[in-house]
Amino acid sequence: MRKHWPVITLCAALLAGLAAPLATGATGPGFYVEVLLGGLMAGVLYSLVALGFALIFKASGVFNFAQGAMVLFAALAVARLAERMPLWLAILLAMGIMVVLAWLIERLVLRPLVNQESVALLMATLGVTYFLDGFGQTVWGSDIYEIELGIPKEPVMVLDKLFQGGILVNKEDFVAAIVAATLVLALALFFQKTPTGRALRAVADDHQAAQSIGIPLNRIWVIVWSVAGVVALVAGVIWGSKLGVQFSISQVALKALPVVILGGFTSVTGSIVGGLIIGVGEKMAEVFLGPVLVKAFDLAGGGIENWFAYVLALLFLLVRPEGLFGEKIIDRV
Amino acid sequence: MFYRENGQFKSTYASDLQMLPILQDRVLMAGLLAFAFVAVPLLASNYLILSILIPFLILAVAAIGLNLLVGYCGQISIGHAAFMSVGAYAAYNLALRVPQLNFLVVLVLAGLVAATTGILFGVPSLRIKGLYLAVATLAAQFFMDWLFARVKWFTNYSSSGSVSTAPIEMLGWKIDTPVEKYLFLLGVLIVFTLVAKNLVRSHIGREWMAMRDMDVAAEVIGIRPVYAKLTAFAISAFYCGVAGALWGFIHLGSWEPLAFNLSLSLNLLFMIIIGGMGSLLGSYFGAAFIVALPIILDQIPLLLGVPLSTAAASHLAFMIFGVLIVFFLVVEPHGLARLWAIGKEKLRLWPFPH
Repeated sequence: MRKHWPVITLCAALLAGLAAPLATGATGPGFYVEVLLGGLMAGVLYSLVALGFALIFKASGVFNFAQGAMVLFAALAVARLAERMPLWLAILLAMGIMVVLAWLIERLVLRPLVNQESVALLMATLGVTYFLDGFGQTVWGSDIYEIELGIPKEPVMVLDKLFQGGILVNKEDFVAAIVAATLVLALALFFQKTPTGRALRAVADDHQAAQSIGIPLNRIWVIVWSVAGVVALVAGVIWGSKLGVQFSISQVALKALPVVILGGFTSVTGSIVGGLIIGVGEKMAEVFLGPVLVKAFDLAGGGIENWFAYVLALLFLLVRPEGLFGEKIIDRV
Repeated sequence: MFYRENGQFKSTYASDLQMLPILQDRVLMAGLLAFAFVAVPLLASNYLILSILIPFLILAVAAIGLNLLVGYCGQISIGHAAFMSVGAYAAYNLALRVPQLNFLVVLVLAGLVAATTGILFGVPSLRIKGLYLAVATLAAQFFMDWLFARVKWFTNYSSSGSVSTAPIEMLGWKIDTPVEKYLFLLGVLIVFTLVAKNLVRSHIGREWMAMRDMDVAAEVIGIRPVYAKLTAFAISAFYCGVAGALWGFIHLGSWEPLAFNLSLSLNLLFMIIIGGMGSLLGSYFGAAFIVALPIILDQIPLLLGVPLSTAAASHLAFMIFGVLIVFFLVVEPHGLARLWAIGKEKLRLWPFPH
């Protein structure tokens, strides 16, 4: 019988932390909901990057450190191609580039390293990260670029009858959330209903068994990396249109790591839920906990969102080592 | 023909236990030490010592520390620069607040502070392992980055957040010329290598390796996982803490927040992967490789006479670095140390390979 009380305690503590700003009257409900929504939107972006991680880990057991670099690379490609052609063509072309990239990675990096330890594979993706960072900036340039999606950016006021002052919401954020939801739905359908999706799930369950019934592993890996590349592209475009395409995207994408360990490496649902938890958690911590800490310890500024996500994920891992939705790890000797 | 063990009999327990059982190895090692202690200080230019040899010596200490944890105990860490920063700031504060302390005492104390932090961040390893642990160690990295950038006490309330160290003096020996720094660091590295070598061939090293190879089986034969994992974290963090203090005091002199950032952590990992996991010699090779590579990459455009802007050159360096890492992993996943071992084996049979 599994004990549930540590998980319940932790969740209760988190919920209490979430409710504290409202309960103590430190802030008005309007501002509170704004922060909450901002956190959820950031969470959607983290989820998108984390999704790429989870897909690749599920199908090939590779911990793909290069996902952030892929997001940057795809965003740079779209931004620069869109300067010369219509946006839809640029996105299609960038998709093609990501597929070629996936094929090259499978051919040149993964295939020679089959059967190596997971650390070696992790290091190989680190090598890919360095390469993509350098290559992307050599080919596409290293300035800050913009992606214009044609969505109005001015915030709209909603619910101003309910609270005093109302809530400021970006239309763009809503579009981003809808795109992310559509993508997740499409992926779910692809995994559940198509023959390729079934083959992917078979590979994820057991490489050898899948191979023995005639599923071509190499092709499956190319497909998975391509799908991850396309997910990276979507994440990159949304992120780029929000914040501008620049090198820091690849750094911020590191935040997807706590998301995947929080949600469980192998779970698509986990990366979505984990992303939202991390997004909300770190925004809340930055806005409400940060000033308290600064005051209490006389710090030189807040910035706790740099590590809060990791510590949150770590706490979760201590009570639930396989993450929220991960498969239970069973040791056999 | 010349390198073989024929006719060298072990007739005492002491000779069975010695670190270098073959005479040729002992001669080679003595020659190497003489070269490092006498020839290098006489021949090497200040540039060579300051920008290549000193970083190499310090990073080799750190790489050995990380290798003890990752290569011998099998616990992945991508946040080891955090322990270097703990060592550096601990040494800075000790030297600042208790100025009469000998630098060696400061070093050891800084290492102990780092070891305590290491135990703290090693606790999750009791519950989680593998790649989950790797991400958990990132928490250490980002938390320490933030801690030393934001908490003013650690940087002695300096307005920019950067700190600078006093010149080192101990027992009347002022370490300020490049050659003196080099000799001091060489001594430190040798001591730390000897300790590590003896740790890994004693019972504690065997416990680590059992833990690495199969933790459940190790537990079944009576190895305490808590003890084995936490000692590995503590000793590894001690090495990195001392290396961090040396890096701050001797190599940098003064440093800013984020001097010990994620890319340094990743570089440490590259060192042990490229050099060879579970090999002390590999840590040396890896440190030398990572220190030398950027310098060589910088020289290539100059040698070819191709004018490159600094930005383009740095992007190119990134690309070559990435390609080399993948290339090394594909060609020899066990690192340079394995290549060395293969070479030695070949030499043993040469010139009659059958």
